[in-house]
Amino acid sequence: MQRRTLLTTGAAAATAAAFGLPARADGHGPLKVGFIYVGPIGDGGWTYQHDQGRLDVEEAFGDQVETVYQESVPEGADAERAITQMALNGADIIFTTSFGYMEATNTVAGNFPDIKFEHATGFMRDHDNVATYDARFYEGRAVIGHIAGRMTNTNKIGYIASFPIPEVIQGINSAYKHAKAANPDVEMVVIWVYTWFDPAKEADAAKAMIEQGVDVIMQHTDSTAPQAAAAEANAAGGTVYTFGQASDMAAFAPMPRIASIIDDWGPYYVKRVGQVLDGTWESGHSWGGMPEGEVVIGEITDVVPAEVKAEAEAMIAAITAGEYHPFTGPINKQDGSVFLAEGEVATDLQLVQMDFYLEGFEGDIPN
Amino acid sequence: MNIDIAVFLASMMVAATPVIFAAIGELVVEKSGVLNLGVEGMMITGAICGFILANATGSVFLGVVAAAIGGALLSLIFATLTQFLLSNQVATGLALTLFGIGLAALLGKPYEGVRVDVIQPISIPVLSDIPVLGTILFSHDPLLYFGLFIVFAVWWFLTKTRGGLILRAVGESHDAAHALGYNVVRVRILAIMFGGACAGLGGAYLSLLRVPQWTENVTAGVGWIALAIVVFASWKPGRLLIGAYLFGGIGFLQLHLQVENVPIPVEVLNASPYIATIIALVILSAGKSGRSNAAPAALGQPFHASR
Repeated sequence: MQRRTLLTTGAAAATAAAFGLPARADGHGPLKVGFIYVGPIGDGGWTYQHDQGRLDVEEAFGDQVETVYQESVPEGADAERAITQMALNGADIIFTTSFGYMEATNTVAGNFPDIKFEHATGFMRDHDNVATYDARFYEGRAVIGHIAGRMTNTNKIGYIASFPIPEVIQGINSAYKHAKAANPDVEMVVIWVYTWFDPAKEADAAKAMIEQGVDVIMQHTDSTAPQAAAAEANAAGGTVYTFGQASDMAAFAPMPRIASIIDDWGPYYVKRVGQVLDGTWESGHSWGGMPEGEVVIGEITDVVPAEVKAEAEAMIAAITAGEYHPFTGPINKQDGSVFLAEGEVATDLQLVQMDFYLEGFEGDIPN
Repeated sequence: MNIDIAVFLASMMVAATPVIFAAIGELVVEKSGVLNLGVEGMMITGAICGFILANATGSVFLGVVAAAIGGALLSLIFATLTQFLLSNQVATGLALTLFGIGLAALLGKPYEGVRVDVIQPISIPVLSDIPVLGTILFSHDPLLYFGLFIVFAVWWFLTKTRGGLILRAVGESHDAAHALGYNVVRVRILAIMFGGACAGLGGAYLSLLRVPQWTENVTAGVGWIALAIVVFASWKPGRLLIGAYLFGGIGFLQLHLQVENVPIPVEVLNASPYIATIIALVILSAGKSGRSNAAPAALGQPFHASR
């Protein structure tokens, strides 16, 4: 490990000496904006949306910027190599778009102090040239959780979860709380698939849920495979509802996809690249949600009764206006202890450290 | 527990089928003495070829045929490079995977989010009405049965026919086979193309049936699992079937167990298909059969007739 670090540092120094970094400092050439993606840009979900954000940057700045990206970069050790490669190729700012790139991003940032790094959904900023950004997905989860609670006939809601990290747990808790509020008989089952993207496994998880009586499926994975599995079950006479995740997944509307949570990264990417161009970029943490337009609920289809749709829209309006926070007390933890007292609102710190289920939830979070 | 065993076993067979196709093809390739690491690339190429044709013609059958042809054509690149130009098989195979994934992504761009009619299961009359067994064994799609048929056919071909003997001879000692007058390169090219076609079918099973849709990288590593299963099955079709069912079955079972909320750590459940498959196949091959478990002696070695 140490030798590896030494090698990367050496390579960085050598390159900096040989070519002089960065080229744009003297006003020559476009700003090079890099993106590291965890899946393929055609996943129809998470990575697709980040790539839409990249295209927004190109559109906003035209010739002033040049964008590069690398797809399907595994989280872990290989990410460090990919990010270093992009830095060596002259990127001026690099967006690393998955939680698992957190350590790698910070390590590489230490080696390239002149390059700016933006890490999505993480919290680690070891260097002045690292910023983090996230979106309040749990706001969207509250809305679809409510719809799920109202739509289920079997009272069994399934949640395909990726990794046991706070971002995912927030989503599960938010969806559970609002489903339960809409329908006290609701039970939620979680499958941890330990991957962001594996269509066959995601489809199998959806099938396993459907076979066991789940009729509303939410996912925190990136492919549209669960939607396809639900569509197949519906074609065979079932009634299974799903929600688009990260992207609209409109191809599966009006059934099984009855609504969606859309991540819109464009505004943030355009803002940050603009700041690099005019020299005002600073490290920090950004956490936008519905008010900022980063989390959007896609079209609620006509399969959803008008009454339920109206309730959902009212919740969207309240969250957008800042009148309602999905984690407003009283909320107890799974073990019965108090998480939030009556009327108390969760702080951002409490949210990013969330590592427990809420009261009434069955099952344990893997360590 | 309320897992319906019959439905579960039926789903397990579906989950195992892509691996079975890819692995049985690779088994034949390796038996001929060629190591083709491009399984993943051939699978995903088959997946998109099948999807495109099924989408264009509305016929899933034509899609399946296209998948086999697509996989075989891609494997022909590998065959040309390794058999005529004597390139390194490991490097060429890896390159084939990278090329296949890229090619499939390119071909598949217009098909993201497109729906296709999936293959409908056929219920075999009378037999499918048998309780439990009928659900498990006799109510699948035709392609799944074809996969089982191929495994049986490969076993029969390798052990009972003269052609199989020649193929194995080529894989064990290409010089001896050549001295006896057999065309080593031709045998190997045919084996490689068979492997490509099977991998293509496995890919089509994913994109047309198990997932079923086109998404970039839809195979997500199944080809590598297939390669591993061939080795752990010590190049025997029967064990390969056991390995694939164990892997597919436990992979699917652990998802069910998570829904059931059984008190086993999720990490253990997620690792269980790998652990169980490896242990089972190692125990199987640790028996008295001893040396017969060894890989084909000429595996991965280039052959040039003038030597």
